[in-house]
Amino acid sequence: MSQTVTLHQIAHGRSGDKGNRLNVNVIAYEARHWDVLLEQVTEERVAALFAHRGATRVKRYELPRLNALNFVIDDALEGGVNASLSTDTHGKCLSFLVLGLEIRLPTETVPA
Amino acid sequence: MYRIGSGAGFSGDRADAAIAVVAEIAAAGEGGAIMFETLGERTLALGQIARGQDATRGYEPLLEDILTPILRPAHEAGITIVGNFGAANPPAAAAAIRALADRQGIAGLKIAIVTGDDLHGRMDIATAERWDGDGRLAEFSGEIVAVNAYIGARAIAEAIASGADVVVTGRVADPALALGPLVAHYGWDWNDLDRIAAGTLAGHLLECGAQVTGGYFADPGFKDVPRPAEIGFPIAEVETDGSFVITKPAGTGGLVSERTVKEQLLYEIHDPSAYLTPDVTLDISDVTVRQIGEDRVRVEGARGRAAPEKLKVTVSYHGDFFGEAEISYAGPNALNRARLAQQTIRERIALLGLDVRMRSDIFGTVSVFDADSGVMLSQFTGGPDGDYRVRFAFDGEDRKAVERAVADVNALYCCGPAGGGGVRQSVRPRVRTLSYLAPRALVTPSFFFLGEETA
Repeated sequence: MSQTVTLHQIAHGRSGDKGNRLNVNVIAYEARHWDVLLEQVTEERVAALFAHRGATRVKRYELPRLNALNFVIDDALEGGVNASLSTDTHGKCLSFLVLGLEIRLPTETVPA
Repeated sequence: MYRIGSGAGFSGDRADAAIAVVAEIAAAGEGGAIMFETLGERTLALGQIARGQDATRGYEPLLEDILTPILRPAHEAGITIVGNFGAANPPAAAAAIRALADRQGIAGLKIAIVTGDDLHGRMDIATAERWDGDGRLAEFSGEIVAVNAYIGARAIAEAIASGADVVVTGRVADPALALGPLVAHYGWDWNDLDRIAAGTLAGHLLECGAQVTGGYFADPGFKDVPRPAEIGFPIAEVETDGSFVITKPAGTGGLVSERTVKEQLLYEIHDPSAYLTPDVTLDISDVTVRQIGEDRVRVEGARGRAAPEKLKVTVSYHGDFFGEAEISYAGPNALNRARLAQQTIRERIALLGLDVRMRSDIFGTVSVFDADSGVMLSQFTGGPDGDYRVRFAFDGEDRKAVERAVADVNALYCCGPAGGGGVRQSVRPRVRTLSYLAPRALVTPSFFFLGEETA
C-alpha cells in the first residue's frame, strides 16, 4: 500500500539566490526517506515547477551524508534581485514551491 | 580553541544581536572575534550613490547603532571586530568608529581599513567575461555606479596580525570575514588548503547570522523554534585543525540543530564540490554535522582545492525606474473585481502608450510563485469571494512613464471596479547589477591603519 503526501511532510529546505540563478536545498527529516527523495525529487520534476518562469536548466547535486539534495536552477528569477518585477525578487519563498511536490510513500513510512 | 561570532547577517539585521555574542565570547576569557556581514549586491550600489552625494557617507547606515553597545566590551575582552560595513566608503566608516570610540573614551583603538575591491575605472567591462550565474540577463548599457571585486581574507589576516582591533572592509567574500581572524590567530599556511577550506566553511555558516541558529527556519508544527524574538546569533568554536562547533550564547532563543546547520550549509551553494572563493575552492561533499550537546553541532570534513584563477566582480549601473501600486477588493465577487482592475490597467497602459514593463499580482491567489506572464493566476480557480489585494509593478527608463502608470492605479478609486480601497504607491530609481570575472592581476588587496594613511 502506498499513499500520497507532500514533500513538505518528509523534508525541509531553504532557497538562495545569486544573480539570476536560484538554488533550493531539500533535506530529508529522516534517513529512511532519503531513497524516496533520490527517486522522486528529480531534475525533470523540479524543472517542470519552474518552466512557467523560463528556467533554462536544472542541475541536482546529491549529498548522501546530509540526506540532502541541492537544486541549482538557472534563469528562474526573471531578472533577479535588482531587475525582477516580482514581489519576492530574491526568490526566497521558492523553496516552498518545491516542498509542495507530491510524493508517493509506502503507507508504513508516512510520518504520523 | 578560538571563538568567532556573528553580529549581523545582512544590512538591516537586528541591531542588538551582537550584545549577547560579545558577552558570551568575553565570558570565556580567551578573546576571539566578531564578524558583521552587512553588504549585499544592492546595498553596495546604494552606498556608492550615497558617497557620491556626500563624501562622509556610503558606509553601513546602522554602523553606529550596531557598534555602540559592543565597542567597549569587545575591546576590553580582546575581541577583534571585523565587518564589511565599510561598504562603498571604508575610510569614512573607520572615521565614524574612531569618533564613536572617542565619545566612549576608548583610547588607542587600532582601526584597519582594507582596500583593493574598488575597480571602478580600472576594468574594461565591455571586453570582460560574464559570470555564468546571470544566465540570460541582457548586457546593460547604463551609467556605471560601481565596480567591486570580491576579495579574499589575506588583507584582513595581515591587518589583525599587525595589531588591528577593528577591521573595516568594503566588498570581500563573505566567509573571508571569519577566515581572516582564524588565519591571523592560528597562523595557518595559505597553502594548507583543507584548513583554509575549513575556515571558509565556518565563515559560510556564520555569514547569515541567525540563519544557522533558528532564524529563517521556523515552520510551525514541523520545525518549531523557541523564543524567536530573542534568537541568539552564532558562535563558532574553531580548533587548530579547522574542525568546529556551531553554538550560540547561553540563555538566548533559537536553536542550533543538525537541521539548522544543514539548511545554512547549502544556502546559496551551487556545486557542493566547488564553492568558489578568492582564497580557496571549498568542497563540502563529505562534510558531516553531528549534534554533540544542546545547541552544539560539530562540523567537520571540509576539503580545499586551489582557488579559482579569476575573481568575481559585481558591476552596478544606474538602472531604470521601478513603480509599485496596490489596491484591495474584499467580500462578495472580490476576485472578479480584482481581475477587472488588472484588465483595466493593462488597457490604460496601452491606451496611453506608456513604455513600461508591467506585472500584476493578486495577493491571496498565487502571487509569489507566478511568473510575470501571470499564467498561474489565469489558471487559478479559487474565489470569487474573499479578501484580495491587487499589486501592480512597472519598470521603464522614463520616470514620467512609470509615474503615470502608477497614477493610473490610483485613479481606480473613481474609475475602477466597485469597492476598491487602500491604494499605496511608490516610484524609485533602481540600481542594476551584473557580474563579471576579472584576472587576479587587476586586484591588489591591502590595508592601512586609520591615521597612518600613505599617499
